[in-house]
Amino acid sequence: MSALRERVRGGIGESARRVDGLPKVTGAYVYGSDLRADGMLFAIAIRSPHAAARIRWIDTEAAAHAPGVHSVLTAADLPAARTFGLEYSDQPVLADGVVRYEGEPVALVAAETRELAREAAALVEVDYEPLEPLTDMEAALRPGAPRVHDFGNVLRHVHIEHGDPEAAKADVWIESYYETAMQDQAALGPEGGLAVPAADGGVDLVVSTQWLDVDRQQLAPCLGLPEEKVRIALAGVGGAFGSREDVHVQIHASLLALRTGRPVKMAYGREESFHGHPHRHPSRTWIRYGATADGRLVAADVRLLLDGGAYASSSPAVLANASTFAAGPYEIPNVRIEGTVVYTNNPPCGAMRGFGAPQVCFAYESALDELAARLGLDPVELRLRNAVAHGSILPTGQVLEGSAPLREVIERCAAIPLPEPETGPDAYPGGTGNVNHGEALRRGVGFAVGFKNVAYSEGFDDAAQATVTLLEGPEGPRAEVQTAAVDYGQGLYTVLTQIVRTELDVEDVRVLPATTAAGFAGSTSASRQTTMAGGAVLAACRAVSAELWEREGDLSEPISCTREYHHRPTETFDEQGQGDIHASFAFVAERAVVDVDTELGLARVVQLAAVQDAGRVINPQGAEGQIEGGAAMGLGLALMEEVQLEDGVIRNPSFTDYLVPTILDVPPVVSELVEEPEPGAPYGVKGIGELATVAAAPAIVSALRDATGRTLNRVPVAPDDLVALRPPATTEGPAPIPEVPGQQAVPEYLGLGLGQQELMKERTT
Amino acid sequence: MLIQCVVNGRERSAEVEPWTSLLGLLRNELGLIGAKDACEQGECGACSVWLDGEVVCTCLVPAAQVDGCHVRTVESLAANGALHPVQDAFLEAGAVQCGFCTPGLVVVATDLLERGDEPDEAVVREALAGNLCRCTGYGKVVDAVCLASEER
Repeated sequence: MSALRERVRGGIGESARRVDGLPKVTGAYVYGSDLRADGMLFAIAIRSPHAAARIRWIDTEAAAHAPGVHSVLTAADLPAARTFGLEYSDQPVLADGVVRYEGEPVALVAAETRELAREAAALVEVDYEPLEPLTDMEAALRPGAPRVHDFGNVLRHVHIEHGDPEAAKADVWIESYYETAMQDQAALGPEGGLAVPAADGGVDLVVSTQWLDVDRQQLAPCLGLPEEKVRIALAGVGGAFGSREDVHVQIHASLLALRTGRPVKMAYGREESFHGHPHRHPSRTWIRYGATADGRLVAADVRLLLDGGAYASSSPAVLANASTFAAGPYEIPNVRIEGTVVYTNNPPCGAMRGFGAPQVCFAYESALDELAARLGLDPVELRLRNAVAHGSILPTGQVLEGSAPLREVIERCAAIPLPEPETGPDAYPGGTGNVNHGEALRRGVGFAVGFKNVAYSEGFDDAAQATVTLLEGPEGPRAEVQTAAVDYGQGLYTVLTQIVRTELDVEDVRVLPATTAAGFAGSTSASRQTTMAGGAVLAACRAVSAELWEREGDLSEPISCTREYHHRPTETFDEQGQGDIHASFAFVAERAVVDVDTELGLARVVQLAAVQDAGRVINPQGAEGQIEGGAAMGLGLALMEEVQLEDGVIRNPSFTDYLVPTILDVPPVVSELVEEPEPGAPYGVKGIGELATVAAAPAIVSALRDATGRTLNRVPVAPDDLVALRPPATTEGPAPIPEVPGQQAVPEYLGLGLGQQELMKERTT
Repeated sequence: MLIQCVVNGRERSAEVEPWTSLLGLLRNELGLIGAKDACEQGECGACSVWLDGEVVCTCLVPAAQVDGCHVRTVESLAANGALHPVQDAFLEAGAVQCGFCTPGLVVVATDLLERGDEPDEAVVREALAGNLCRCTGYGKVVDAVCLASEER
């Protein structure tokens, strides 16, 4: 620990190599779908083909006696709690007399092989009485609409009112309507896990997940086991983007393992994956801005409707996010926002990168473009005139107390050089298959800004634990990090390693496998783990350093310290939707350049420029990777990605029919990071994982409008939209405001099971 | 049915069902998990290997078809504890995030470079058009292949 010695390599601020990279490039890394155990059975779920139906009866007799079958389970066989859920326990482990979405699990089969399980599954007879599915989110609000749940179709309504929106006077008003489609996370690695029955009557589960400790909290009641008998370890996760936040195979595989006394593996194929996790909420937004003639926003009135699908998942929190961001990162004195999420018989929607922010960003940024055109102002200038800054007041009354370098973010993004026009058939949209000769080629440029919260909000006691151990190894001191935090590819373990290297001045740092034995760390979501797990690791390192100082550098015994990190407290909405809802905010600006063949409706994104407010960057290369990948996901939402539904049935549950951007679709992303440290956060960091997804779609669609002059108010934009074969989305006026008991989710008032917020509170107090 | 083939230079044999794919043979019978099952339809390239020198999506090839053939997988690339230059370039360029698509990308990129010429960015993109990656946005994947090409 000599001050004269050079600092160790790979500390914070360096583009250190991934600590888990080696097995990933050699093919040795073990994902959930790669798990195996001696004597293991393979299980599959039998899922409803109907979006809404009553189950008259289920006959499992033939399946139970089929070759190689060890167990067939239906709702009648469940040993304990019959429902689970991330926020509210409203989702059946197995459908119990009724199915509410296509793909809802109805029965489980465990057999010697996957093929035998499939053959047996075909023998399970389910007599359904199909019902008329409720598949339109506005229809869900109409009086007399069929009820998805006994208590109705409204899951949550949030009302935010600030200033006096009714009385606000403006020179110019614009009023617009926008829709976004259901997007799938489409992580390359499908869901998978292996449950092994333990000698103590419990279960050891290895699974690809985002949130070990809350998985356990949901599992234990359904298995009828105390939490300490449900031990979960992390399998390799092949991407997540929100889709591994909800339980997938965990309960089913564990139930079967306990029932059969054998290890049970479940691993979804791509089609089942589309049915096996919640998606990004489709949205409808009605937005009205009032501004002065010189381009100062004076009022915003936003009505927002999200389709939550059949079960709650994290919809209440997604709605809160979307609602608080719905007027944009602008100073607006008078604001009213009415946000609603409803139940329908569509597939459940929940967490996906951006968590409500991308949907409203598409609406407010598109509307701002319209306002700029009306005012005859440059769109970038309009944003600069209204951008929030440190000290600004948001529609929730929350004062921006942290860093908010939005103006710098906007200015730097606008200053990135534009690409040169490209010529020749290779550059045409559609590639060499384009039958035109460039005569209808138009270039468009679009700009959008966005913002999002970092970490959990609304009074959630957000916490993460970590243990850091410093010990003498054969080749000098080394350190170990133990945490329940999940790295599903974004590079968390590398970031934690870099923090330890910097703090303890040791290069050899090992992040031990994540398990529930390591306490709790919260989900790897909400752009929170560099702050949260990073904060816990930093605090633990400093405690280790202090102890080492006390011991005068004696490492004959290892030094191990566990610390817990909490971000500053947040508040719930009051009756007017006011409160310090979020802990901190991060900002982004993106600019898209597109070439459109305006006769063929083909579009090619030529360049994406993104400047992101990052607080302080721990790993520049990793941060760039987050921006590039995040922007690509926003490009998908803008141009091609849509879970297509017909009567609630997914029509395209495959990578053949659900289009994910390829290397030919995603252009070079030019990115810059603005580093203005966030007060109170470890090293001043802000989360970076979601922002680029938030503003990419509105920037691209803005560019498409610039190129075509068409009204494009729905994403994804299809070729038909670009040549006006399909008209813009229309509306008969804003969705009605439902009557609700208050600002919390309706199930809260009904006492519907323990949600994770309460569970986390119990745990951390 | 009994399949005999040469995998990564070793004679292997396995008893498979008529419907078993080459992907199933590699992953479930031979324990080679580097080829990934992500789409089952030949759309994502995550299961790419060489079959008699040509890159194929193993999910689309019946195991029965590889009897007597030579199969080369991602597991063959790192030798004696040293990474293949393409693998090293993927790490250096930051082209790996979740890693699920990585073995397939590494196989296809290696194949491109083994065919000769120093490819420019457009050629790299064309060559990798059959491989989906959901994490990286592909920019650093292109960087990695160009880096590996330069360092040959």
